[in-house]
Amino acid sequence: MKPDLFEAPDYYNLDELLSEEHKLVRDAARQWVKRDISPIIEEYAQKAEFPNQIIKGLAEIGAFGPYIPTEYGGAGLDQISYGIIMQEIERGDSGVRSTASVQSSLVMYPIFQYGTEAQRKKYLPKLASGQLMGCFGLTEPNHGSNPNGMETKFKDMGDHYLLNGAKLWISNSPFADIAVVWAKNEEGRIHGLIVERGMEGFSTPETHNKWSLRASATGELIFNNVCVPKENLLPGKNGLGAPLGCLDSARYGISWGAIGAAMDCYNTALRYAKERVQFGKPIAAFQLQQKKLAEMITEITKAQLLAFRLGQLKNEGKATSAQISMAKRNNVDMALKIAREARQILGGMGITGEYSIMRHMMNLESVITYEGTHDIHLLITGADITGIAAFQ
Amino acid sequence: MKILVCISNVPDTTAKINFTDGDTKFDTNGVQFVINPNDEFGLTRAMWFKEKQQATVHVATVGDASVEPTMRKALAIGADEAIRINANPSDGFFVASQLAEVAKNGAYDLVIGGRESIDYNGGMVPGILASLLDMNFVNACISLEIDGNNATAIREIDGGKETLSTNLPLVIGGQKGLVAESDLRIPNMRGIMMARKKTLSVVEPIDANSTTKDTKFEKPAAKGAVKLVDNVDDLINLLHNEAKVI
Repeated sequence: MKPDLFEAPDYYNLDELLSEEHKLVRDAARQWVKRDISPIIEEYAQKAEFPNQIIKGLAEIGAFGPYIPTEYGGAGLDQISYGIIMQEIERGDSGVRSTASVQSSLVMYPIFQYGTEAQRKKYLPKLASGQLMGCFGLTEPNHGSNPNGMETKFKDMGDHYLLNGAKLWISNSPFADIAVVWAKNEEGRIHGLIVERGMEGFSTPETHNKWSLRASATGELIFNNVCVPKENLLPGKNGLGAPLGCLDSARYGISWGAIGAAMDCYNTALRYAKERVQFGKPIAAFQLQQKKLAEMITEITKAQLLAFRLGQLKNEGKATSAQISMAKRNNVDMALKIAREARQILGGMGITGEYSIMRHMMNLESVITYEGTHDIHLLITGADITGIAAFQ
Repeated sequence: MKILVCISNVPDTTAKINFTDGDTKFDTNGVQFVINPNDEFGLTRAMWFKEKQQATVHVATVGDASVEPTMRKALAIGADEAIRINANPSDGFFVASQLAEVAKNGAYDLVIGGRESIDYNGGMVPGILASLLDMNFVNACISLEIDGNNATAIREIDGGKETLSTNLPLVIGGQKGLVAESDLRIPNMRGIMMARKKTLSVVEPIDANSTTKDTKFEKPAAKGAVKLVDNVDDLINLLHNEAKVI
């Protein structure tokens, strides 16, 4: 792997819109990625292994629950800071960003928003420090884009709940200490439950042979008559809106994260195009390569503005789910297209592990699918503007 | 123990350097500024004294409001308080005079500055500061231990090391070795949040003259084109007749 020479593009001087604190957050996350992620990530991705040692670093830089209040171990930062952290981590690798996203938005967020004070105190500080790692169980083998059809269910047994079912494509599941699991009660209403590793009947087999997010651990959650204590139910919200609220937060982070992956691909391709000489001049001098690079920076700039404005709306509590869908869909698609074009600029070198581009490209194939597929997000926009849902 | 770390706000080592106004001024356009690396080694050592020996750590910088992000970073890393002397850091004597005033007023036991800043490389501030404060002084310091009022410092000398024993109050000109590069700290998010609440006070400069003035900057000549030769004879011929080095 080549040394990390990344320089972030900022074509529209977006830095001027950021506060001094945002820039400190950005520089700290960027410095950490250069120091602790870039030198090791290629090797772990090639080995298809999660680099366990980065959990401590992710916790130290505050990537676990940056917007959770400090009294629960978070950093109490705003939503733009959260977005910036996701951008910088995904600049290193989407798999590492996924680990942080899941911990923050899909585990800490529901416990903070829907949990009891006792649950918050019990879990949040340990999740923020990385002492506990979490995962989120919504998707099932038979229910991806339609989570409402879930089959995982729990029964009230008087002094505990009895949980049965299975979840699939769960980031962090192989090593998670706790899982926030969404399941239906006997009336068919969706509730969140905190399931802890070690509970009898609960297992987390790993999903192997992925060509994407190879440095991130993915697996299943299997519940076979698991006795869950009643105090582990998240009482604050039920119905599909509860897990979707978590997804809004995670998707918002992804809309920033994807920009990071795109910036890394663009920056690598730009540098390469200026150095690689063919026909007696750098390939950056050729119109076809300039077209690719010029379109990339245009799309990155548009995505940055979209994410920044969405961050302002999130800070004001005004961002709608449909607005978040638009940003997630646009920015991930933008990043994937840029990864493919950047790979073309690097020619054969682009397919090797010497450069980050192919890894980003493969990672983004997952990112464009998880947390709402590219198509479903389009239909969410469609439903929002017409008032007619096309996916029901 | 009360420690003052003097911090210079310098261009990032990867910044592209240009000059304006007829090559008399540094062009700050598009340049990112960082804590001077030699100062950062000192700051990190000061953090160690804070954590292990309950020291209080203040940082001071001479500069206009544009240096505040660098100072805020020092606070995020863990300094307790920051003092900005509101003046253009025009030369080493001026800067040392301003820092000496802050150091006197704060009654510090230990004053740590970088051996030199990586922008103008004057290398004079810690020495002048020690002289103005009439304190003991160790320059090019690569290790510092404090036990009560006693200090043991190791300094780099030509081809080796020199171990010195001295007393507080003390001025240190620090560099790499005070801590290892891998010990340098990235501010964490909680530190950044806490920095928001810490005091960054602004004081006006005292009267002090700059003793030098920049009249012109020059960059090194651009590297020439590379000439590839096919055999040793051609190489020797070029070295002898063109480069005239053999």
